[in-house]
Amino acid sequence: MRFIPHTPEDVRAMLATVGVASVAELFADVPAALRERARLDLPPGASESAVRARLESLAARNPGAACLSFLGAGAYPHFVPAVVDQILQRAEFYSAYTPYQPEVSQGTLQAIFEFQSLVAMLFDCDVANASMYDGASATAEAVLMALRVRPKRRKVLVSRALHPQYRQVITTYLEGAGDVEVIEINFDATGATDQGALAAALDDGTAAVVVGYPNFFGVLEPLDAIVTAAHARGAVVVSATAETLALGAAKAPGTSGVDIVVGEGQSLGGALNYGGPGVGLFATRSEHVRLMPGRLVGETVDGDGRRGYVLTLATREQHIRREKATSNICTNQGLMALAVTVHLSMIGRQGLRTLALTNLQRAHAAATALCATNRWTRRFSGAIFNEFVIAGSDARAAVDAARGRGVLAGVPLGTWYPELDDSVLVCATEIHAESDIAMLAEVLR
Amino acid sequence: MTEPVRKQAGLLLEEPLIFERSRPGRAAFALEGEVESAEQLLPTELRRASIDGFPEVSEPEVLRHFLRLSQWNLGTATTFYPLGSCTMKYNPVVNEAIARLPGFARLHPLTPDELAQGQLELMWELERCLAEVCGMDAISLQPAAGAQGELSGMKMVRAYHVERGRARKKVLIPASAHGTNPASAALAGYSVVPVEGNRVGLLETDAVRRAMDDDVAALMITNPNTLGLFEREIVQIAEVVHAKGGLVYLDGANLNALMGIAKPGHMGADVLQFNLHKTFSTPHGGGGPGAGPIGVRASLMPYLPTPRLVRDGNGIRWSEAFPQSIGRVRSFHGNAGMHVRAYAYILALGGDGLTLATQMAVLAANYIRRSLESTYHVAVPAVCMHECVLSDKGMEAHGVKTLDIAKRLLDFGFYAPTIYFPLVVSGALMIEPTETESKETLDEFIAAMQQIAREARESPDTVRNAPTRTPVTRLDEARAARRPVLRWRRESGVVSRES
Repeated sequence: MRFIPHTPEDVRAMLATVGVASVAELFADVPAALRERARLDLPPGASESAVRARLESLAARNPGAACLSFLGAGAYPHFVPAVVDQILQRAEFYSAYTPYQPEVSQGTLQAIFEFQSLVAMLFDCDVANASMYDGASATAEAVLMALRVRPKRRKVLVSRALHPQYRQVITTYLEGAGDVEVIEINFDATGATDQGALAAALDDGTAAVVVGYPNFFGVLEPLDAIVTAAHARGAVVVSATAETLALGAAKAPGTSGVDIVVGEGQSLGGALNYGGPGVGLFATRSEHVRLMPGRLVGETVDGDGRRGYVLTLATREQHIRREKATSNICTNQGLMALAVTVHLSMIGRQGLRTLALTNLQRAHAAATALCATNRWTRRFSGAIFNEFVIAGSDARAAVDAARGRGVLAGVPLGTWYPELDDSVLVCATEIHAESDIAMLAEVLR
Repeated sequence: MTEPVRKQAGLLLEEPLIFERSRPGRAAFALEGEVESAEQLLPTELRRASIDGFPEVSEPEVLRHFLRLSQWNLGTATTFYPLGSCTMKYNPVVNEAIARLPGFARLHPLTPDELAQGQLELMWELERCLAEVCGMDAISLQPAAGAQGELSGMKMVRAYHVERGRARKKVLIPASAHGTNPASAALAGYSVVPVEGNRVGLLETDAVRRAMDDDVAALMITNPNTLGLFEREIVQIAEVVHAKGGLVYLDGANLNALMGIAKPGHMGADVLQFNLHKTFSTPHGGGGPGAGPIGVRASLMPYLPTPRLVRDGNGIRWSEAFPQSIGRVRSFHGNAGMHVRAYAYILALGGDGLTLATQMAVLAANYIRRSLESTYHVAVPAVCMHECVLSDKGMEAHGVKTLDIAKRLLDFGFYAPTIYFPLVVSGALMIEPTETESKETLDEFIAAMQQIAREARESPDTVRNAPTRTPVTRLDEARAARRPVLRWRRESGVVSRES
């Protein structure tokens, strides 16, 4: 077996040292009744070339990966500079683990410290953690944290314009977390959370208000107003950004006073990979840092006074606090956090803005082109980033017809929102050329 | 102005933070076309200027920065990394290439099922393979990591009981469990009742029987346990739990000790999580991404996270039609890129190869244990499974602790074992060699451990002052916690040292 080095000679020598006659003897503690039934009914092993051929044939049966696509809805196609993957393929990074021994893990630790710094700046927050699994579970963890910040309150208001899968994960995580009441707040004609409905639902029992930014419809919620309303009743505000690139051009949630800012970082250096791995981003104010889930890297010095980095404030975590921990997270998404760090270092201060504005421009160009067909209208009036909702008759049939012509034109919304059965969510990014947008309008005509 | 970069020894170079490499106006990225005017598409109150402090660095400098950082890291690709409980086996390079095939890497998660049949077949097949390895009836690949698999499993336990009248209140957890077990149980709404193991650290049926009542929802048990011992009474223990209507959650973190040897489903486990980054060779990534699929027996199948894969005459598709499901635990379909790698690994090894991996992993752990038992205190001086636990007992006389031994190993070019875990052994060193390390490597490690024991007796300061041959010497972790500096800040052009 090519990954296992032991020759028959090695095995004999090792058995002799251990003092047993055979490998089977090592398993004497396992009841015979279990051993007798344990044979694996799997095919025999295969060579590297055979494995590769099999996987290539499976990859070839994903024609969707090669289609012209305008699918977004939480996973976004973006350009990634070649340097990013070159670094991700450094085995020194990918074959290490959680940096428990900092003296020989400074690469991982400094990169995470840079990641935390970048996320904090991007969100305009005091402090960010070392990453979460994805945007959806980060949002659920943010809700749990909000309940720790406001321990006497048991009500959570969740915008219906937040990504439906994020809402589902919040529901899953809250099951069993005590009697927490989740109230969904509808959206209005702008595509943003209905301010009147929010104001009516807010009371002194409200622990948290949760909104998307941009939300599922691509609309940038009026965070200033939401924060003002929520803080007036003492509620914590959580914002979730599925398309983090938006923050290269749009005001940061932290600037609006959002208390816990979370997001999905796949847009920043990650491939689509059928939706995973992504990377959850999580940031908050300094005063809440000990209530925050996940790992944290901090700066310190070594015995010679040289600067270095270590995992810190671990007393919040499961391996120290066990059932009293702020979360059960152990492994997070370290390598994806590295991807974000390298990507943002490559894109840089001006590039991030340029890239974000390009997305803004392409999405508006696509919306304009679709409305010019006279078949479609914009469903919502709110400001968007790189995603928008169009409405028209036979929306689903139109998307199916486009698929027949090799174009994935968007995500029909009827599945998640019965009242939006006539609507499609369309995403355009910097990868879409003018000719791609013309093609979209052509197939959706 | 920053000080000129000070070189260290040989190939090890100092490297500042990326922010400190920034110079206004440098860039590694540009796009064609003018887009500044696009800002007008946003209302004034939503606009944002470029972000102060963001990197301004050229491409060669970015590359050099991260290459230098990589050189400060040890990983399984560079050295022996015997981190107990983490199964740091070799990550096959071909899997990295396979996962990057455009058919996988460029596939959007909301691609219509009929245009993603290759991906769905891969996931379907991986579910079958995992079910075969653990003897379970159904699998969900959705959880993103082992701990999220645990949480999902415990939520399913809760759903199962709720449907039968009441959630119950308690979960039994052996004292030797990973911290994730009690944390997951608590997150699922349960209070934790610790169960003590016997003199050698094994769980006894009688202890479980005494703790078991009809308020106990489940027992969470790791098998082999964190001492590297197979829980010999597991079948009887499961019977006791089941007799009172409870369920058995088996932590699959140590599955590398069981492949082809024993199946958790036959032991009486009702639900378990896999750690694909441990048992099935997907990269640990400096702390993720992992993947934590869950396997269940038929009785728990209705509660699996949705969506689930179903197969009919038209192929494979996602279905949400499972009303009893606990719902979603993350967006989309899990860490699919890790599923690709794990499937490639299983194909490469096959049933016989997986069994051999287990056999060699167990042989290697016992080889280390026997080779070091005359030098170090061994927590349980008996045949172990895939890992063995030593301790610093007997070193106190020289003023040398487990932490010192670990740090000294770094000077020899090895990563350190897991230390101070399991908690049931004072000053534990938990060593897991895995099957991918050669006898020569194991011998070098054994020799290093023997030399450290000698140094502890003859020149204890050498051990206490370690490491000295690493990019930095021992770091002040107390200071990091006392005065947290958790990010870089620029304040009025001066690099700040305070968060």
